[in-house]
Amino acid sequence: MSVSDEILNDIALSRAEYDKIVLGLGREPNGLELGMFGALWSEHCGYKHSKLLLRELPSESPRLLVQPGQENAGVIEIGQGLAIVMKVESHNHPSAIEPFQGAATGVGGIVRDIFAMGARPMALLNSLRFGPLSESRNRYLFEGVVSGISWYGNCIGVPDVGGEVYFSEVYSGNPLVNAMCVGIVGTDSLMKAKASGSGNLLILVGADTGRDGIHGASGLASRTFEDDSEEMRPTVQVGNPFLEKVLIEACLEAVDTGKILAMQDLGAAGLTSTVVESVARGGAGAKLNIDMVPRREKGMSPYEVMLSESQERMLLVVKPHDKSYIEAIFEKWDLDSTVIGAVTDDETITIYDESVEVASLPVKILTEPPLYNIDAVEPEYFKETRTLDFGMVFDKGYSAEDILLKILAFPDIARKQWIFRQYDHQVQTNTLEGPGADAAILRIKGTNKAIAVTNDGNGRFCYLDPYVGGAIAVAEACRNLSAVGAEPIAITDCLNFGNPERPDVYFQLEQCVKGITAACKVFDIPVVSGNVSLYNETRGTAIWPTPVIGALGILENANDRTNIKFDNEGDIVLMLGSSNVSSDITGLSGSAYLEAMYGKVQGVPSIDLAMEFKVQKLCRDAIKEGLINSSHDVSDGGLAVALAESCVSGNIGFRSDLQLGNDWHVALFGESQSRIIISMSKDKLSKFEALAAEESTPWILLGVVGGHSLHIGTLMDIPLEDLDKAWSHSLKESLL
Amino acid sequence: MRFGIVVFPGTWSDGDCYHVTKSVLGQDSRYIWHTDTDLSDIDCVVLPGGFSYGDYLRTGSIARFSPVMHELQKFVNEGRLVIGICNGFQILCESGMLPGALIRNNCVQFRCEWVNLRVEDRKNNFVSQCETGQILRVPISHGEGNYYADQETINSMLNDNQIVFRYCNEFGEVTAESNPNGSLNNIAGIINKNRNVLGMMPHPERCCEAELGGKDGLYIFESIIKKFS
Repeated sequence: MSVSDEILNDIALSRAEYDKIVLGLGREPNGLELGMFGALWSEHCGYKHSKLLLRELPSESPRLLVQPGQENAGVIEIGQGLAIVMKVESHNHPSAIEPFQGAATGVGGIVRDIFAMGARPMALLNSLRFGPLSESRNRYLFEGVVSGISWYGNCIGVPDVGGEVYFSEVYSGNPLVNAMCVGIVGTDSLMKAKASGSGNLLILVGADTGRDGIHGASGLASRTFEDDSEEMRPTVQVGNPFLEKVLIEACLEAVDTGKILAMQDLGAAGLTSTVVESVARGGAGAKLNIDMVPRREKGMSPYEVMLSESQERMLLVVKPHDKSYIEAIFEKWDLDSTVIGAVTDDETITIYDESVEVASLPVKILTEPPLYNIDAVEPEYFKETRTLDFGMVFDKGYSAEDILLKILAFPDIARKQWIFRQYDHQVQTNTLEGPGADAAILRIKGTNKAIAVTNDGNGRFCYLDPYVGGAIAVAEACRNLSAVGAEPIAITDCLNFGNPERPDVYFQLEQCVKGITAACKVFDIPVVSGNVSLYNETRGTAIWPTPVIGALGILENANDRTNIKFDNEGDIVLMLGSSNVSSDITGLSGSAYLEAMYGKVQGVPSIDLAMEFKVQKLCRDAIKEGLINSSHDVSDGGLAVALAESCVSGNIGFRSDLQLGNDWHVALFGESQSRIIISMSKDKLSKFEALAAEESTPWILLGVVGGHSLHIGTLMDIPLEDLDKAWSHSLKESLL
Repeated sequence: MRFGIVVFPGTWSDGDCYHVTKSVLGQDSRYIWHTDTDLSDIDCVVLPGGFSYGDYLRTGSIARFSPVMHELQKFVNEGRLVIGICNGFQILCESGMLPGALIRNNCVQFRCEWVNLRVEDRKNNFVSQCETGQILRVPISHGEGNYYADQETINSMLNDNQIVFRYCNEFGEVTAESNPNGSLNNIAGIINKNRNVLGMMPHPERCCEAELGGKDGLYIFESIIKKFS
């Protein structure tokens, strides 16, 4: 055994994995080769602990143009010769160390995944988690991440149309930064990352290669955090959004020529994964002249060049006689393009440094890391979290008004305009509904269509019950689409978990995936792409299991849409999904109410997926029939929060004369699933009643839009200004 | 008439401007790559928004050296119309075709939101279809839109009615609260002495269709078209 434990630790490979490499190769790998294995066999690239689970996710849809996992991102046909490309990806650990650049390069990376497929990036979303803002380190991370996203996204001219942010102590040392990008492509211009055809050239375009980001995939993304994380700062990449913008334009112009055979971005594990993954897809090999790679600095070793994660680079596969044609396009955009090698048919990656062979590895071994199936064990904490009693709910005697104002100001619920006004959400002039809506809506120019996009995840629910939480994440994402009038057609997921080698964390992962699968089956939608971010722990404490679901919906007619704003004095307000506002105490499970008022994350969440499907269908149908003036899903904070948000957003009050009983806490702040509030003109009610009866979906009349306060029976009568103050200004204040 | 929309590396409102002039307003329109030097067929040049060359050094400081800018100076000297929006305004200031400079927003953050603009003087080719004092609702999207000039320049601009738009509240009052970036005198848009070059930070091309939240941007494009009809 010539390799030391220290080296194996550096590249995050186990001794057993090393032995497997030696067995496969029939020899010991050299240093460069071992580094390539470390990258490709990392959790981040190799999905060692998740691949077996991910295979369960639904992947069937007539709209699907490439099989999930086979390309850089998922592709969903929307008709008229157009397709949507989408993916969500994490940049958690880089952002924990260097929030500004970590988040910025997270945006850059996901955008490259989209235009690598020939699609024009048309929208960004992000899902963020931080520790409480009362701690200065968390404020630093939060402000750094938001400004990093703002800096990068604004510069490249892709609107940032939505997202979500939650705060909890469990994310203190390990914030989550998930970025999602959506692009549009003509189905005949779709690019694939499949390199084949011996003799075809590998052309590297974009940035020079530097020493940044080495070991990003293996060292940073695939292990837990300890006290020395600060020392890992050099493994965070540095972004150049201007270069990305120019690279987008140049690559799409090159795609338009029809002369690009394949395209693949350089992301995690840099040139190594890009070359290996693209030739693996094409059943080919490659010969690389590593000395040809343009560098930022002298003296870089082949190891550093192969593992650098320098940003804003793309690999093109081009026929030799098209070389100068393509080079001219990049020259026009002042970009470097360099032939660094060629495709071969020997299914081997051979690397030369000034004609000396420095590595030679079979593609098959590199791309087939060991896959692990851990014995899942139910977490210990379930014993404590699965009880919920009324004593907990009533003991402090708060009034309904006090509670609502406190919950509206709770950072999870508080309005996020402090964040989204730093993001350009309008560029490209497609944004019909932007940040703050249940789902963002983007028109598709040249058609009557629009798409809706959202991302959602609820760590509290997943912590309390990973299976149900996973299902709720999908249901809620789809509900947000349906609430604006869009039919859900696909999702992408980012699975953020702790160390999967721990049986209880593996349990969470396994159950979440099963829950996501169950919900997708009910909605008949595929998971088209995604990303797994494991090892989200700090000093032995895992984050809550946090699957983030990015969902895509279609509106065949962009005019058939609605938003959350109460509109007209006298409109009636209904709630879909139940004929009763109350429920038993389990409705408070995992609620913002319990956390905001009592600091508890407690209970057992539940969902009836069949009811969920019906509620969403009724909402969409009613919007299509033109019956609805506003709609808003009931989620975090419950019914009272949903009503308050619709009031403040529409700048008009609401009055309900419902008399609630002693369980008003549950009625107002419970988070039972499958509920949407809608408002409509009174004269549409009979039509709506008929529609609801036809679909046999329950509903209840809540009250009437009007006045200048939120008035519910004898429980509350809060002026709009007070609601607005609590909801709209608290986030900014918590940063002061 | 024909609009010419200049594209620098890093420009991103080019497509949005083209969409408005060509598809919404049905006017002949073409892109002008920043190295092109033939503007002879163009009636109005649009310098759109974006981050030309990343704006890393100072907004517009590299773009001003693009070959098209030399031609643009001649174009301006001939009295032909140029409108610079956002980054376009910054480039016009940087190249001296408009006075003053745009510095970092005083909130030191990027701002993307709807603002109200008061038309200070309708007597020019860019707002002829408005009334003086009219309030337009238009989005901004910038990190460096804080207009600055020395007092002498401001006085001279006031004297010559060169301030075209000021940030105001919904009632048309020019207040500190309605100023999103700290601009001197709430200045949102100015015109040169010859009244053929307009620069403005807000984005009129983002509000020319009702479904995008408003149509007030049309006043500006229609004013330009009116001149050539």
